Amino acid sequence: MKKLSELKKRGVATIKNVKGPEMLRLLEMGLIPGAKIEVVRAAPLGFPIEVKIRGYSLSLRKAEADCIEIE
Amino acid sequence: MDREKTIALVGNPNTGKSTLFNALTGLKQKIANYPGVTVEKKIGYAAIGSKKFRIADLPGTYSLNPKQIDERITYDVLAGKYKHEPAPDLVIVMADASNLDRNLYLVSQIMDLEIPMIVALSMIDVAEDRGIRVNAEDMSKKLGVPVIPIISKESGDIQKLRDYISSNAVSAPEALRWNPGEPLRKAVQIVINDWIKPHTNLSERIWTTEALRFIGDDQAINMVPEIEKQHKLREVVQKACTVLEDSGKNYTAEEVLKRYEFIESCTAGAVSKSSDNMVTLSDRIDEYVTHKVFGPIIFGLILLLMFQSVFSWAEPFMNLIDLFFIGMGNWVSGTLPPGILNDLLVEGVLAGLGGVVIFLPQIMFLFLFISILEGSGYMARAAFVMDGFMTRIGLHGRSVVPLMSGFACAIPGIMAARTIENWRDRIITIMILPFMACSARLPVYALMIAAFIPGTSFLGIFSLQGITFFGLYIFGIVMAILAALVMKQFIKTDTPSPFIMELPGYKMPKWSGVFQNVFDRGKVFVTEAGKIIFGISIVLWFLASFPKTDLPANFTEERTTQNIEAPSAQNEQMAASYKLRQSYAGQFGQLIEPVIKPLGFDWKIGIGLITSFAAREVMVGTLNTIYSVQDQENAISLQKKLQRDVDSETGEPVYSVWTALSLMVFFALAMQCMSTIAIVKRETNSWKWPAIMFTYMTTLAYICSLLVYQLGTSFG
Repeated sequence: MKKLSELKKRGVATIKNVKGPEMLRLLEMGLIPGAKIEVVRAAPLGFPIEVKIRGYSLSLRKAEADCIEIE
Repeated sequence: MDREKTIALVGNPNTGKSTLFNALTGLKQKIANYPGVTVEKKIGYAAIGSKKFRIADLPGTYSLNPKQIDERITYDVLAGKYKHEPAPDLVIVMADASNLDRNLYLVSQIMDLEIPMIVALSMIDVAEDRGIRVNAEDMSKKLGVPVIPIISKESGDIQKLRDYISSNAVSAPEALRWNPGEPLRKAVQIVINDWIKPHTNLSERIWTTEALRFIGDDQAINMVPEIEKQHKLREVVQKACTVLEDSGKNYTAEEVLKRYEFIESCTAGAVSKSSDNMVTLSDRIDEYVTHKVFGPIIFGLILLLMFQSVFSWAEPFMNLIDLFFIGMGNWVSGTLPPGILNDLLVEGVLAGLGGVVIFLPQIMFLFLFISILEGSGYMARAAFVMDGFMTRIGLHGRSVVPLMSGFACAIPGIMAARTIENWRDRIITIMILPFMACSARLPVYALMIAAFIPGTSFLGIFSLQGITFFGLYIFGIVMAILAALVMKQFIKTDTPSPFIMELPGYKMPKWSGVFQNVFDRGKVFVTEAGKIIFGISIVLWFLASFPKTDLPANFTEERTTQNIEAPSAQNEQMAASYKLRQSYAGQFGQLIEPVIKPLGFDWKIGIGLITSFAAREVMVGTLNTIYSVQDQENAISLQKKLQRDVDSETGEPVYSVWTALSLMVFFALAMQCMSTIAIVKRETNSWKWPAIMFTYMTTLAYICSLLVYQLGTSFG
């Protein structure tokens, strides 16, 4: 299973599954299975990354991006 | 008479909630804190129709599953669980039209609370720029609550909202309209029947919400105070979750998924998008602002620009204020007959007042910048760009905003640190935050730099004075980083903290909000800090003026305050200095002089150090008072008085460049602010952290000042 943290810049994917300690918050922010997600850019040292989800921008650290499975 | 009705204003962060609050209440608002916590409580009043309404602007939140204290207050107020605030009679939920799905999530949660509600749609214009059109009427039918588009520039929209409020026709939506599905419905019933009904006395309208929280949020059970009760509750919740798991559902995800299903059914048809992948202006700006290389450079430049401007723009205003108080002093001392009252007014009251008001321009300019950066959306970018660096020194991207606020004042900065969810990140941020050069240090820096650092310039733009000033800021930042690295070793890690942060679209800051904020901060400074400074100024005047002593026989020159060029001027100064040394204040300063002598400080600075533990800026007021007693030439500034101060025994100047540098280093590092100590105690809920903070900072200050003065005077 591919993780969001492995998605390259400008890559678009569909969320397959969300898990981990921040699962509830991520789901509430609209990162639910089936939603389209795009990695817009990475911050200076590689992480956090900026993603686009449901038309807005969100920043995620590696730990959170690791918890999001995509396809 | 009817009971005054309360309207609660709720919404996601960055939805324009404050703008609507200002539009409804005008200037009739007051800002305080919720009791016992430092979450800002904004209450306003509005006459709508024939009635007066009380409007509460609740802290912004994405969800009613609270993660932070301010989000919890929003939930508790809406649920009617909060002691100090009545349950609202009406809720206005602000929803961002350009970002509707996520905003409707909160709307769907609030609908379960069975309070009459109105959805106000903001950012219609932003949405249209992105090709998103919202049919409010259609949306209203699907949601089952009134939906009113608000374009802030058009007062007609606000009027429509006011008509709705006064019509009294808004009714409470039905709970669970979002259709949780059979398994979740069953699970909720189990929690209500087996836990909420027999073991709590919560009002019926929040049963469903409470039950959903226990099922979906693992942390919610831990919030129940008694361990015994937690065991029982855990059993009940386990039973409810089993129902969900048996039908193949995830108990954390089920509620969220069903709500989004409902949201998507509401937006289908009511919202049209011309394209899915629009590149917005914000995206294009962010290509540079959050760029790997340019991002940090832009961040540094913004900081540099901010401090350069604060220093230079405020100067003319400060000179005017200075002139005004000098003029007043001369007028009063010339008009009133000489005597104690004259002295008290000129040297105590006016000198003290002047000492407070003079910092106002710098504080207001700094808050102007911070409010603009906040209002434009840049602050979130700063956190994004800096997070990588911040995590390496044991901090969090979100530490950047509190730390930057710390440049204005440590107190709002420490309060802002609560947006950092992780305890360790938060405590380290709080502990190093007072190293950021707050505006209270500005007057001390400004005075010492202007008086003792030469105005030599390099390359035509940078002056030695400006570089010293900038250097002091950098010095504070470097010490903060070192302190953070050390503390990282001592404070144990729990789980790494999340960084799930929205990057809101850039927008022009709302100027009315910016100015309101600048005005509020200025007012707080004058009234809160001013009270302390003013009181201390008068006490100090007394201490520095009494007991009145006679001069020894060799001081026989007649006092000639009118002509400073006269040969007697120096003698006369030495006489005044002698008198001050004999006063209560002088005696006290001399008592501590042996301890501070190695730092290059004399007893007069000693008095200032003691009084400035109340607040740093008191230092300048103290010196002002001491020197206006000693050197009664009102027409010249404190800066000149310091330069011409001589030792009454040796006749040597009291201050050198090294004294000034040592003093500035001491002020950069020492914990000299009672209000900061108080706020740290409140935020960390113990005396342990403020005690550690006071000790380590002040020790560090003593050592560094000692090094600067001793090395400087030996090798300089």
